[in-house]
Amino acid sequence: MTTFILLLITGLGLGALYFLVASGLSLIYGLMGILNFAHGAFLTLAAFAGWEVGRRMGLDTTSGFVVSIVVGALVGALFAALTEFVLVRRLYERHIEQVLVTVGLSLASVALFEGIWGSDPVYFQRAPWLTQTTNVLGASVGNTVFVAIGAAVLVLVGLLLFLNKTRYGLIIRAGVENRSMVTALGIDVRRAFTLVFTIGGMAAGIGGVLASNYFGYVSPLLGGSLLIFAFIVTVIGGLGSLAGAAVASVVVAVLQQFTNYYWGYGDFIVVLLLAVVLLVRPQGLMGRKAA
Amino acid sequence: MNHVLTVSHLAGRIGGQLVVEDVSFEVPATGVTAVLGRNGVGKTSTIKSILGLIQRTGEVTLEGRRIDHLPTHRIVQLGVGYVPEDRELFSGLTVAENLSLAIRQKNPRLDFVRELFPEVCVERAQQRAGTLSGGQQQMVSLARALINDNRILLVDEPTKGLAPKIVDEVAVALREASNTVPIVLVEQNLKVIDALAERVVVIDAGRVVHTGPARELLDDPARVQQLLGVHGEVAA
Repeated sequence: MTTFILLLITGLGLGALYFLVASGLSLIYGLMGILNFAHGAFLTLAAFAGWEVGRRMGLDTTSGFVVSIVVGALVGALFAALTEFVLVRRLYERHIEQVLVTVGLSLASVALFEGIWGSDPVYFQRAPWLTQTTNVLGASVGNTVFVAIGAAVLVLVGLLLFLNKTRYGLIIRAGVENRSMVTALGIDVRRAFTLVFTIGGMAAGIGGVLASNYFGYVSPLLGGSLLIFAFIVTVIGGLGSLAGAAVASVVVAVLQQFTNYYWGYGDFIVVLLLAVVLLVRPQGLMGRKAA
Repeated sequence: MNHVLTVSHLAGRIGGQLVVEDVSFEVPATGVTAVLGRNGVGKTSTIKSILGLIQRTGEVTLEGRRIDHLPTHRIVQLGVGYVPEDRELFSGLTVAENLSLAIRQKNPRLDFVRELFPEVCVERAQQRAGTLSGGQQQMVSLARALINDNRILLVDEPTKGLAPKIVDEVAVALREASNTVPIVLVEQNLKVIDALAERVVVIDAGRVVHTGPARELLDDPARVQQLLGVHGEVAA
């Protein structure tokens, strides 16, 4: 029972990280039809920026940790906004070029990060309370797991409030359904594009800092490793569906944790799940059927 | 005559294929101008070309101002209301949200559209648009365009697929709207044309083949048959 609870909660923690990356991916694809392969670069740069600023303040302090999250969110948002404004905006409806540019940016970013910070993971000291565990029904669960879950819930609630209670949220929900009709109502949908990229980058940035604290290191390959599973989560949840991304994040991560522990085939089972979903329900768990 | 919209040598492409070849016509500042033609001749593409929803060349002026270089949202902001073929409501949003999204001005004409379409704009305001019937969806689509003060309305096949009773309701709403704003109406139903249109523009193979008073064309069944491929007698 203890093992079950441990695997369940750590699975939720991993799912929280997946969600922080997948939420932006899903919204970006839903509104703009762009598979953003550069999303992992937002995460990695944010993680390094958070680490750089945090370590100057003392990453082993709570204030250093909080500041690193804020810095990570801002850097992720800024990098994403610039990417949309400088590169992606010129390539709407040109899907092959979009893939080439975002893949290229992703590869170039990793090379740049390796040039600056080296290719090896950089392990760092965390605030003592982050390295401690909390007992849940006999299972000792790392506090970073609860922080990741809490952050993902806050981001989810924030995004839902934004989407459901603001005019830009309304524009994004409408744009996910029918982008050209939004412009035919006199709305400059490009602003929503930039905003969605920025929000996605911010969530990825938070995810980057939390992931580095979760794993205890920051690395140029951090974003790429999470991006693969975030893409899987996005497809399983349904491209463009925030709720789908949240549900799929939990399902994928918990399944991965349990399978890894008992059989060691966690990654394989996730890909198998992806294949099954694509065959049985191609639009994903909560996605809309293509017209 | 004072023209609100002038279209000159308009050509439009979809996926590289020429779907509007050379369309020129003028829209007076009052009344309904109907755009007619057989299926697939480029009527909807003409409307989309005017709005910049598809690639286009040629000249389009709105009250004397060139708009053919502008993006769609700027053209609409200048006062070109659009009611698309097949309604194109945001099915996951409520009726109220669909209307709210369309509002472009400080004082939207909410009372006007609620009075015109009380069933959908008042009683079903909180219902998801995707759950409405075809007729109800058309009412919302029209309300979405009429909620703003427009210089002109482009209305594309508003009666397509609707029951006769609903067609009459839509025609009444369009007549009401035409008292305040000039309308370009793409329509196949000659009865509706007869009830609403003062002028007609007939398109064939992406080109204008006839323009003139609606009455003149409708009173000439042989010409209707020749231009539209249908019997021209309008049912009483």
